[in-house]
Amino acid sequence: MSSIYLDHAATTPMVEEALIAMTAQLAWLGNPSSLHTHGRATRKTLEDAREVIANEVGALPSEVIFTASGTEANNTALKGLYWQGRDNGRHVVVISAIEHHAIIDPAHWLQEHEGAEVIQIPVNTDGVINLEFLKELVEKRGSEIAVISVMHSNNETGVIQPIRTVVEIAGDIPVHTDAVQSFKKTALSFADLGVYAMSLSAHKIGGPLGIGALILRRRVEIPALLHGGGQEREIRSGTLNAPAIVGFATAAKSKYYDAKLVSALRDSFIAGLKNAIPDALINGIESERLPGIVNVTFPGTQSDTLLLLMDGRKVSCSTGSACSAGVHEASHVLLAMGHSEISAQSSLRFSFGATSTYAECDAVVSVLPDVITRGRAANFS
Amino acid sequence: MKLIAAMSGGVDSAVAAARAVQAGHEVIGVHLALAANPQKYRSGARGCCTIEDSHDARRAADVIGIPFYIWDMAEEFHDGVVEDFLAEYAAGRTPNPCLRCNEKIKFAAVLDRARAMGFDGVVTGHYARTQISDSGKTLHRAVDHSKDQSYVLSVLTVEQIAGAIFPLGDTTKVDIRKEAQARGLAVAQKPDSHDICFVPSGDNAGWLRDRLGSEAGPIVDQDGTKIGEHKGAYTYTIGQRKGLGLTVPTADGSPRFVLKIEPVSNTVVVGAREDLAVSTMRGERPVWCGPAVTEHKERGFVQVRAHGAALPCEYFFDGTVLIANLDEPLLGLATGQAMVIYDGDRVVGSATICETE
Repeated sequence: MSSIYLDHAATTPMVEEALIAMTAQLAWLGNPSSLHTHGRATRKTLEDAREVIANEVGALPSEVIFTASGTEANNTALKGLYWQGRDNGRHVVVISAIEHHAIIDPAHWLQEHEGAEVIQIPVNTDGVINLEFLKELVEKRGSEIAVISVMHSNNETGVIQPIRTVVEIAGDIPVHTDAVQSFKKTALSFADLGVYAMSLSAHKIGGPLGIGALILRRRVEIPALLHGGGQEREIRSGTLNAPAIVGFATAAKSKYYDAKLVSALRDSFIAGLKNAIPDALINGIESERLPGIVNVTFPGTQSDTLLLLMDGRKVSCSTGSACSAGVHEASHVLLAMGHSEISAQSSLRFSFGATSTYAECDAVVSVLPDVITRGRAANFS
Repeated sequence: MKLIAAMSGGVDSAVAAARAVQAGHEVIGVHLALAANPQKYRSGARGCCTIEDSHDARRAADVIGIPFYIWDMAEEFHDGVVEDFLAEYAAGRTPNPCLRCNEKIKFAAVLDRARAMGFDGVVTGHYARTQISDSGKTLHRAVDHSKDQSYVLSVLTVEQIAGAIFPLGDTTKVDIRKEAQARGLAVAQKPDSHDICFVPSGDNAGWLRDRLGSEAGPIVDQDGTKIGEHKGAYTYTIGQRKGLGLTVPTADGSPRFVLKIEPVSNTVVVGAREDLAVSTMRGERPVWCGPAVTEHKERGFVQVRAHGAALPCEYFFDGTVLIANLDEPLLGLATGQAMVIYDGDRVVGSATICETE
């Protein structure tokens, strides 16, 4: 077997029809903001795409704001909702302890530069946020909270968060959810969840890189990050990337991802893994999870060593956690779930996609005993 | 062989990795993150583990076409190199941190980890050579004597040398830069690093003062008469003449030199040039880079600085310390420096100077 890709939560192959639709659109001339024939043609295609995405995510077309990435959608939502709240005397930003850096970092930026107070909702050992904590917080300080942001599912563990309950607790407080990992992997409806804002990214679902969307409730007006032509509800400026948007929509409506099949594949992988490495610990296994993510702690190892050894056997997986200057840090997600620094640094994330196969899983399971043995031998800390 | 190439982000280690690949080895590039709080940018010839350097290393690995990883060795480096450096200065000795880094990090922590992971050795861009002889793999000076780094590698044991690959030892630096250019490595013209990597300002004395304090103390002559005051004994080096700020001149007007630093009494002793002369040195904690030195006296050379001269001497090991008797006396030698014994171009071994006379 050649190289094996088990890092689909990082990015996943483009769906073929999306690739075809996008490259075809690249050949079309016309700025969608222009009023002439060329512009109108592009506009038509682009608005068709907007409707497809809105339909797939249970939102209105006018609620879809295209951005250049999920990160931009998160930044626009969190900062915008904070600024809007601050104008009304609300200065508290509530996020979960397991958010992606694209939420944690803007939250801390708001604290350092914009007078925000950031409060983190802790999670339990299964990786689910503590709703009691949130309830108490809202009861005590609800009138000070500008925005609550809790991810729909976690990118490292795949654990799905109880967003609907968060919205119930929040009442009138705007809730944003980063649904980048959830879209097309599990049931997701903007309208049903009742959130104010939701972030999506195309390249996690078989669309192209460089395009995302902020789904923002109608009539919610927030300050912009990018000012200019005002193309997207005056909240996001910049000529719309029609080819990427067409690719995004095509991927969104494709049926290539079958959650049941991927779940079965994942369960078979977990069974094989537990058999090969009996003391391996699957993080968040007791919780409702996305089909494609398996986060494993291998006691007595260091994840960067394991990555190197897996890579040497042509297996691409990840630690799932952020790097600082390329140095692996203990995952804040696993730390929040009660891991020690050491055990948080002995974990790998395997993530499966529509193209993953049982043969790949078996091959990975077969190299694990040797990799883990060597990884343990090389762990001097 | 399966090898780990230590890549600093500089031109030498990049070419070394490329040569190892060309020689048919399976190579993985590793950048050692040694600073706890790395600086974003390099400043001139200083520092070796900025974020910019790790990017340069990664880019070189990509151009060469090898996997690349960053290993966090900041804790090991701090404990084994930086703390040792401070402790040595605090004890009135003059340490060489590059030597310590090779001993404790590059050919210990890294090599051990590499071996445990199933690799056969570590490739570095050091200018030195190894040879296989009847007595095993031995360490030798580089062809380019002006760039020779065998001095800072002299702390490697036979076992460590067995796992060390130095692909650059047969080439001059000028040619390495040309080769880097030809290989399309963007670091071809990157300046050499000279200073101590963890003192990015280059101000050694200031760096030490910040950490060890600057308790003033007396500067005395050999009779113990106070003739001046210093601001932190460890900022002086043996043989230093300038910057003493002495107010009492010598009878004949001849200059004074730092002879000794006594950390306990926080005293700097100065005296005449001839009192600096050393004809015998003793070194503790010896390491043999090949066959062990015995009580049998041998002729060879001793070198006491990274790019110092090789001084003809007679050397032997009395069972406790390595002793070298110089043919011609040497001026200004600090304890804590490494004495490295050479047999021609071959590195025999080294020890840390603990006593001179």
